[in-house]
Amino acid sequence: MRLILFIAIVILTGTAGDLAVSHAMKQIGHVSPITPSAIFRFLALAFQMVWLWIGIALMATGFFSLLALLSWADVSLVVPATALSYVAGALGAKFLLKEHVTPARWAGVLLVCLGVALISMS
Amino acid sequence: MSAKRLRTKTYLLLALMVLFGSLGNVLLSRGMKETGEILDFSPLALAAVFGKVFTNGSIWFGISSLLIFFVSYLLLLSWADFSYVQPASAVGYALVALLGYFMLGEFIPLTRWTGVVLICAGVALVGRTDPSPSGRVRRDSQRAGAREAQARQGEASRNGEGPRGAELETLTPASPEAAPYRACAPRPKGRG
Repeated sequence: MRLILFIAIVILTGTAGDLAVSHAMKQIGHVSPITPSAIFRFLALAFQMVWLWIGIALMATGFFSLLALLSWADVSLVVPATALSYVAGALGAKFLLKEHVTPARWAGVLLVCLGVALISMS
Repeated sequence: MSAKRLRTKTYLLLALMVLFGSLGNVLLSRGMKETGEILDFSPLALAAVFGKVFTNGSIWFGISSLLIFFVSYLLLLSWADFSYVQPASAVGYALVALLGYFMLGEFIPLTRWTGVVLICAGVALVGRTDPSPSGRVRRDSQRAGAREAQARQGEASRNGEGPRGAELETLTPASPEAAPYRACAPRPKGRG
């Protein structure tokens, strides 16, 4: 039970971090064309975004929870289980970022999730 | 920007992400192995480990690679959907497995091969979808709104209300969404 709770925390904080970063970048908008000066301006703007920092903090929380989890839980269970973050990511994109997740994308997400789970089993 | 160019740009950034993400992890791993296992956790010993880690070339190259990875990720997310970027970047797992097999002659068990095949199939499926349909839908609806406004405008000017040119100026209002775009556009010289 404690294991499931910890795995859920790892997946949810990590994915929430990615979603927050994505939200921040969408507010900046399409960088085009990509020139060195455009990248510089983009980064200067990006690091002023509150959502970027929230995202980085969440990602860091997810990363350290994973490390903590790996110190007592079985790697061969935990690492494949984190493949569920692909499903969590697609759900978050649909319901939080209001992205249009097409059936082709759902199918792709499920295949990737299964594949990552299989590849990380040792 | 045409759909084809946008797609090429998206693939390019994805390739950078996957390449530098994997490279960064490998270099960090190599650097830490060169540093050796940390057995003594006293402050003095840890300080020595820090000194060793941050004078290691692999570590710095690894950190630089991961920085390039992160900047590519941020740039890509500035236009591509998260539900596109996240699954598509999983191709890195398959790539690392294939590199291990072909370059290092590693043994890959059947479950892992199955995983590689599934990931490649999934990435192919996601990769063929439009990188940013959500954004396009948003832009299209804005454009439709502008067209509508223009139509109204035309009617108004036919009815002899107001100068047309002056009102056209207000046709593309600076929406809060559009404002940051300007911040990324080249700034005129001699300001700020």
